[in-house]
Amino acid sequence: MDLIWTQTSRRVLVYGLLAGAFILFIGAVGMIAAFHEREVVDRFISLGQLMLMLAPFVTAYYVAGQVAERDQDRPLALVSGVLIGLLTTVPTVILLLFNSDQYRFLLDLTLRLTPFVAATITAWRMHRAGAEAQTALGAWLAIVLLVGIVTFSFALIFEIKGNLRSVLVNINREWVAVVTFDNRGDLMRGLGALALVSTVSGFAGSILYLLPAVPRRALIYGLGVTALIGAFGETARLILQENVDRDTLREIFRRDTLRQNAALALFIISTAAGFLWARYGGQARARFGSLESAQRRAINIIGLVLFVVIMLMLPWLIGRTLSDVAVTIGIFVLMGLGLNIAIGLAGLLDLGYLTNYAVGAYILAVLTSIGPLGLFKGTFTFWMVIPLALLAAMFAGFVFAVPVLRMRGDYLAIATLGFGEIIGKLAISDWLKPLIGGAQGVQAIPKPIFFGTELKNPEQLYYIVLVASLVTLFVSIRLNNSRTGRQWMAIREDEDVATAMGIDTARAKLLAFTLSAATGGVAGAIFAAKVGTVFPNSFTVFISINVLSLIIVGGIASNPGIVVGAIVLIGMPELLREFSEFRFLLYGALLILMMIKRPQGLIPSKIVTHETRSGVKPKLATAE
Amino acid sequence: MSIFKWKTDEFSWVDFTIDVLRVLIVLGVVVGAWNTLSSGRISFAQWVNLFAAGLSQGSIYALIALGYTLVYGILLMINFAHGEVFMAGAFSTVFLAEALNRTGFLNEQPLLAILLMILFAGLVSMTVAILLERVAYRPLRGSPRLVPLITAIGASFFLQYTFRGLYGSGFKAYPQVKILQGVISIGDINIPIVQIFVFCSALILMLGLYWLVERTRIGKAMRAVSENKEVARLMGIDIDWVIMFTFGVGGFLAGSAGVINGMFRPQGVNFFMGFIPGIKAFTAAVLGGIGNIPGAMLGGLFLGVIEAIGPNLVLAGLGIPGANQLKDVIAFTMLVLVLIFRPQGILGERLSEQKA
Repeated sequence: MDLIWTQTSRRVLVYGLLAGAFILFIGAVGMIAAFHEREVVDRFISLGQLMLMLAPFVTAYYVAGQVAERDQDRPLALVSGVLIGLLTTVPTVILLLFNSDQYRFLLDLTLRLTPFVAATITAWRMHRAGAEAQTALGAWLAIVLLVGIVTFSFALIFEIKGNLRSVLVNINREWVAVVTFDNRGDLMRGLGALALVSTVSGFAGSILYLLPAVPRRALIYGLGVTALIGAFGETARLILQENVDRDTLREIFRRDTLRQNAALALFIISTAAGFLWARYGGQARARFGSLESAQRRAINIIGLVLFVVIMLMLPWLIGRTLSDVAVTIGIFVLMGLGLNIAIGLAGLLDLGYLTNYAVGAYILAVLTSIGPLGLFKGTFTFWMVIPLALLAAMFAGFVFAVPVLRMRGDYLAIATLGFGEIIGKLAISDWLKPLIGGAQGVQAIPKPIFFGTELKNPEQLYYIVLVASLVTLFVSIRLNNSRTGRQWMAIREDEDVATAMGIDTARAKLLAFTLSAATGGVAGAIFAAKVGTVFPNSFTVFISINVLSLIIVGGIASNPGIVVGAIVLIGMPELLREFSEFRFLLYGALLILMMIKRPQGLIPSKIVTHETRSGVKPKLATAE
Repeated sequence: MSIFKWKTDEFSWVDFTIDVLRVLIVLGVVVGAWNTLSSGRISFAQWVNLFAAGLSQGSIYALIALGYTLVYGILLMINFAHGEVFMAGAFSTVFLAEALNRTGFLNEQPLLAILLMILFAGLVSMTVAILLERVAYRPLRGSPRLVPLITAIGASFFLQYTFRGLYGSGFKAYPQVKILQGVISIGDINIPIVQIFVFCSALILMLGLYWLVERTRIGKAMRAVSENKEVARLMGIDIDWVIMFTFGVGGFLAGSAGVINGMFRPQGVNFFMGFIPGIKAFTAAVLGGIGNIPGAMLGGLFLGVIEAIGPNLVLAGLGIPGANQLKDVIAFTMLVLVLIFRPQGILGERLSEQKA
């Protein structure tokens, strides 16, 4: 019993403080204050506050699960929820105290004591582990000196600068206002409010875990749906605006936020739906499973037809702003599917994908522009140039692939990154200015004309992207199961064995690079036509990183995964404007997290899953 | 790889293309250099100045490159986020530099102040590097090679945008130190003191590293782990600690390079400052033979000089306008060329197939 108690308490302590560090981190980088601007439910809760509550809630839910399952102690799970709620606030409270005028002496004190405390703890541990007194003393001195330099410097910086805020720009008034729930004037009340909210969230999290399965799932579903729709209130309003009359809309939304009544109704409805699904969903699935195969196929076909109809109607359903987002997502789906041929199928980590995108965009720009840099001033139309852009990108892919064919793994990645950077620098240089306009880029690119109608709205451009994506998807699926596709996968798994099996690896790799470049060119051309201008600033390493992230997150070598990855990673920052500032923070964190926890991606490809199940780690092109 | 292979092996058009590429590049360099030198547009003194500037820029690359090389030597992984470790130190120390400047200490006791800044930056970068290793790389040890690379790319952007969130997105300039402002003139040749300072302090740090690796117990442990992890473990070396230490040392050098860079380049620091120098330092590390410590130092200096002289010597000679804008292009071309033609680097003899 004693042992369980210490393990449990340590777990609670560690997870609580980790959640607290997370809250502090997103506050310090400015996320909480930025997200406070967006209200989830009108005059009730903002997205920033939701994040403050969600961290202890989710952590408490998770830890309650561990405590309840391992220790078989349900009251203890509730206590752990409360403790986690409190612990989550600790780092934020400390920073709030440091930041306030009254308690600033605590910061000075901490900075002064830290070196000695850290050194003493380490030396004491060394001593207990059996180190000689001399060694322990040496370590003590070294740590006091090293940590002392850092803390002394920090003390000096804060002394001269006067406050934390002049260094950490996001530890500002807005942040303080959000985390103290608008009790900026009275710090103690603010801390109390923070602790109360956090504790209640932690408690709620642990209670939720202890509920029976059906209401628990119903509640999770209801809360999740309400929070999501509330957070994406603007998107929801834009969709409803196309389909609902104004008065009803005003009932539901105040500007872009859900009204309280609407949120409540939404919560009740979605919880009820969640309840029904949790209660009867299993039965429904079982009945579907027991159907005749012909009937099952019929249902699948109906679903497919419905899906196609929705995809075709989409611009009417979602309106102009969202169609624009859909076009952007489509462009990235195109690139994702293309790059996936290199990364996912052949295992060639190509970080220079922006090359193809840039080539496609500039080819379209130079050939069709009616501005001063246009070579033909309108002789070429969009439709004539798309195949040219495709061919040009394929050619570029081919040219850049030849020198790197002999490289493996990480060197290939860095070399292609180098190519990408070279292209970026050349696009902006004076040398190519007469041709592609240097930093000013190419302007006046006409919109595509389709049988006399100019496709100038995103609603119309959507269809171009849709068709292109579907064609690419089709090719991609066919490639997956083709002879070449199998060759690529063989190379991905082991290049030496693939060679020994008689695969012409040079040819297969070239083909992978060339085909993968093709869609990049088309995506670039569509992008150029959509925007109407091509600037070199659009072609930075961030494009490649965007595409890489959506492949990794969605699922490497998995076509549906890439589509989902594009919708989430590209769509979310577009729809949640506050978010776009933090998108690369999120991408970076996601890349790390996915590689550690789920390298096969959200929607894994079947082949990769198969490999994982048989106990083999999914391979991303081993170099060895 | 070479032309002579034709006789023994069947004809490989990949080799052929690469050989053609090689000939073209040599031709371009020769023609460009000939044109520039025969036109006499740049005097001897100017060449010397360019060389000196390149050398000091190169010594900064060398310091960063050491971090890549140390980690690669031990883990065989490219710590792609190392450029961001450099940024972390440089960006954090700007505030210390401002504070020291405001108290006047920076100009009263410049050497002590700069020493404090270097130590501070080094320790901040060291912390970042150690955290990075612990959180992102350690769980992935032993997984296929591209997995840690993708993680490192993620970590790179994560760190960039973390520091952007913490310190803001604007540029911040290091205050100028008075004693570093002058110029030493020998005849026509004017060499700014700051360049000499940069070169000397980088040299001192590199000698320190050399001493650490070659003469101390922990250095011996590092070399042992780099030779063979399993055997080192059997000899009673704590592998995890050695790896952490290696990341720490690499981080320290990168952070101090950040301060030196701040003294040297007046345009200031921001969150994206580490990305390009990171890739260039990687180039330097590969140039000298990755995993090879003296190689990284030489590679860094070499790359700095090529970057300074290349645009003026070759590109301008080929009649390309705005050649100095293409400095980075020279460096990245260098990267690609080394990876194509000599992936084992200038000094990298011991690196066999299994490592490269």
